[in-house]
Amino acid sequence: MTGPEEPLYRQLGLKDDEYDRIVETLGREPRPAELAMYGAMWSEHCSYKSSKIHLKTLPTDGPAVLVGPGQDAGAVDIGDGLAVVFKMESHSHPSAIEPYQGAATGVGGIVRDIISMGARPVALLDPLMFGPLTDERNRWLLEGVVAGIGGYGNCIGVPTVGGEIHFAEPHSQNPTVDVMCVGLARADKLATSQSLTANVGSLMVLYGAATGRDGIGGVSVLASATLDESSEESRPAVQIGDPFAEKLLIEASLELIDLGLLEGLQDLGGAGITCAVSESAARAGMGARLDLDAVPLREAGMAAFEILTSESQERMLAIVHPSRLADVDAVCARWGLTIAVIAELIEGGGLTVTLAGETVAEVPARSLADEGPEYDRPIAPPDDAALGGASDDPALLPFDKDLREAFFAVLTSPNVASKRWVFEQYDSIVQGQTVAGAGSDAALVRVPDSLKAIALSSDGKGRYGALDPYLGAAHAVAEAARNVAVTGATPLAITNCLNFGNPERPVVMWQFSESIRGIRDACLAFETPVTGGNVSFYNESADSAIWPTPVIGMLGLLQDHRLRVPTGFPRPGLAVYLLGETLPEIGGSEFAEAVLGVVAGRPPRLDLGRESALLRFLQRAASETLLASGHDCGDGGIAIALAEAAIEGAHGFAVTVPGDLPGHVALFSESASRAIVSMAPEHEERVAALAVEHGVPIARIGETGGPRVLFDGLFETTVDELREAYETAIPRLLGEPV
Amino acid sequence: MTDGVPRIGVITFPGSLDDRDAQRAATFMGAEAVPLWHADHDLRGVDAVVLPGGFSYGDYLRCGAIARFAAVMDEVRAFAERGGPVLGICNGFQILCESGLLHGALIRNRSLRFVCRDVFLRVETSLSVVTSELTAGETVEIPVKHGEGQFVARQDELRQIDDEGLVVFRYSSADGVTDDTHDPNGSIEHIAGIRNARGNVVGLMPHPEHAVDPDVGPTGGQPLFASLLAAAMAGAGA
Repeated sequence: MTGPEEPLYRQLGLKDDEYDRIVETLGREPRPAELAMYGAMWSEHCSYKSSKIHLKTLPTDGPAVLVGPGQDAGAVDIGDGLAVVFKMESHSHPSAIEPYQGAATGVGGIVRDIISMGARPVALLDPLMFGPLTDERNRWLLEGVVAGIGGYGNCIGVPTVGGEIHFAEPHSQNPTVDVMCVGLARADKLATSQSLTANVGSLMVLYGAATGRDGIGGVSVLASATLDESSEESRPAVQIGDPFAEKLLIEASLELIDLGLLEGLQDLGGAGITCAVSESAARAGMGARLDLDAVPLREAGMAAFEILTSESQERMLAIVHPSRLADVDAVCARWGLTIAVIAELIEGGGLTVTLAGETVAEVPARSLADEGPEYDRPIAPPDDAALGGASDDPALLPFDKDLREAFFAVLTSPNVASKRWVFEQYDSIVQGQTVAGAGSDAALVRVPDSLKAIALSSDGKGRYGALDPYLGAAHAVAEAARNVAVTGATPLAITNCLNFGNPERPVVMWQFSESIRGIRDACLAFETPVTGGNVSFYNESADSAIWPTPVIGMLGLLQDHRLRVPTGFPRPGLAVYLLGETLPEIGGSEFAEAVLGVVAGRPPRLDLGRESALLRFLQRAASETLLASGHDCGDGGIAIALAEAAIEGAHGFAVTVPGDLPGHVALFSESASRAIVSMAPEHEERVAALAVEHGVPIARIGETGGPRVLFDGLFETTVDELREAYETAIPRLLGEPV
Repeated sequence: MTDGVPRIGVITFPGSLDDRDAQRAATFMGAEAVPLWHADHDLRGVDAVVLPGGFSYGDYLRCGAIARFAAVMDEVRAFAERGGPVLGICNGFQILCESGLLHGALIRNRSLRFVCRDVFLRVETSLSVVTSELTAGETVEIPVKHGEGQFVARQDELRQIDDEGLVVFRYSSADGVTDDTHDPNGSIEHIAGIRNARGNVVGLMPHPEHAVDPDVGPTGGQPLFASLLAAAMAGAGA
């Protein structure tokens, strides 16, 4: 943190060279309000100044992509004149300081991104990472974040259908709180948010909540710096959410768009009015005259820089032709919202801001929105010792424990165990389209009045990333694609949230660039372009950074939701098959951490060609209705995949684990590109032929049956025992009655 | 009624969330769904009224405490007095209690947490506008999703509720056993839904509108809507 003796620009988070650049742009010393505007807009959070150069290397084109990166959210064509709009963002820093409001306003912010594209929000997913639950503060963070997500999401009528939760020591000081929102729009209404039709003389209309002193410096002070002991004092930089106001904003905004009353629409998020006005003007290729006296304030006496950078929630900015103003007012009034005309679009690119008759800022709009600094920060790989290597392969460690005990240790590890305690706190069914929610590999949300369903999965592989950031990122994309494909859906495109430490440290930039390389290679292989995303840097404190964790949000499409393949074994008497090949790969595995107590070795290798073949096979088998169930092999290997299929479907199984690997390696290896499927015996021949055709290794390993769960020659248990262990693990850690 | 199709009105308050879902359920079950607006003194001639779930006015004061003053509620009261079928779901139940149309109140779940899950309800009486197609003792599977669904009542109210047989549903197991483990919110006597003395006004915390379409959930809500449609056809509220 900077001290009061520092020059103002440094207190606002600007570096010396950035200050020089502002002076050069303006041809003079900046005024205080101007500095505040640049401080916010050129912050890491808003400008992507450290990441841009790497993000440019990601594949963003594809036949279905309607809107790529750079807008509020990406958009993908799903046919029938409809577009899916989706984006992921983090709210980790605010959540570390104030978990309930931090998480709640994260939901609110991403929902407004979707609305501003003209889409109705139809689903939320929440990928979360915390420190171990044995620590009281981590339990407080988990409880607060989950309550905040529920408290906000449940109150705005958008179902929370998925997400994931992992626990690891590096997240103790820095929880990762990402949230993904997905919306549906008519493809021909998408232009709205891009201000493509704005005219000189059109008005910028602020509607929604009044502007207060909350959230000032949210992007520059809080989100773009490392947390330290004084971070608690940043609590006023955390915004306070009002989900009721958000619900009114959703309905009013969609009605305004439906009625064709807007020339442009933009949400107010990071950097508040400054960002919304400068970006809208810059996109329209114009300037604007902004009158701060017109902004409805929550309290008197707010200074220009406060009004300009306040991150008060639940506000939107519409661009409205003067002839439509009365109609816009009427719609907003019906929803109990007041409007305020705060600016006018003008020719040229200048943004002039006045308060009480005095000009407080005069800057080129583009210089704020588009011409921020861009850094090619130094990159340096860490010492070999910090990464996983062949010499510390956990498969080399002696293992003489009881396999049954090891199995239950993995099953009850908080990373693997049921997250029911969490997802039951979320409304997952409102809007009435949730075909499959938590418990399915990918959530399936039906498109209203259609047989189509969109498939959604969010995945991060922090532990793999710690050992090899390239592989960690590529695995995250592969797992997300597999989760979508195993339900029968076709992976279409991704969004992401890239969670990393301090980019000013060369090793963090190396992790970042390696991760981008991993995402790129996987997305190219699966033909799933990147439509947008978010970068969250500075997730570190004192001496430790979080594991480099890109979280991938995968969008897929199932043409007919009745063809969906469920996760659980639906009945006894089905043949159970393992797809893919099991290699001795327990480096970075759940087993290695939960049972052997090490995060070491090499993560499993990933053959993108094999993975693509598996994805194609799964979609084909589903389209021919050959599969009774399908489940990805992920954390905990085939042992956990089988257990979850049994618990979810309430039917046991008897299997023989194939191959001649030692029992613990065969059960818990996390080799990629594998899945467990079941099918009626009459389909076995056809499935085997399809597997050969696609080049997917396939092995019959057993059958589904009654209450018994048998790993032949290794150990046995029952479905009830599995369920009891799986469901009670997290409540027990939280001290809940079970 | 239009050509033998009952018209089911669904009120939208600011903050209603399951209003479209209730409309869709009514349509799914063969009714015509009619959107109603909180600020209108007008029920548009509907044959039954549904107060849907959600967080009216954000529920910042007390659930349903502001919505009871909405203009449309004057019409709902008059409609109910005429014997018209009125169903309050979740937040709608809370509004009916706040309006004095039903006994009792809903407070924070005993767990102090929001809960969203499928539950079983044991039908306690077929003498209501949502259970005429059901038999006492039967169970139906329907989801709950609420943070403030713990039903409470004063001693004298509770006695009246019991004496007059006003309990419509209790939380139970699939085979009708009522106990704490099957009660998602700690309601007194596991009460999930109640009726008024005439049986034309019913409130319940579970969401039958999310239990009619088999593609997206259980189907235990179908007989409730079928009953409501039958009551609407009978035209008591006209």
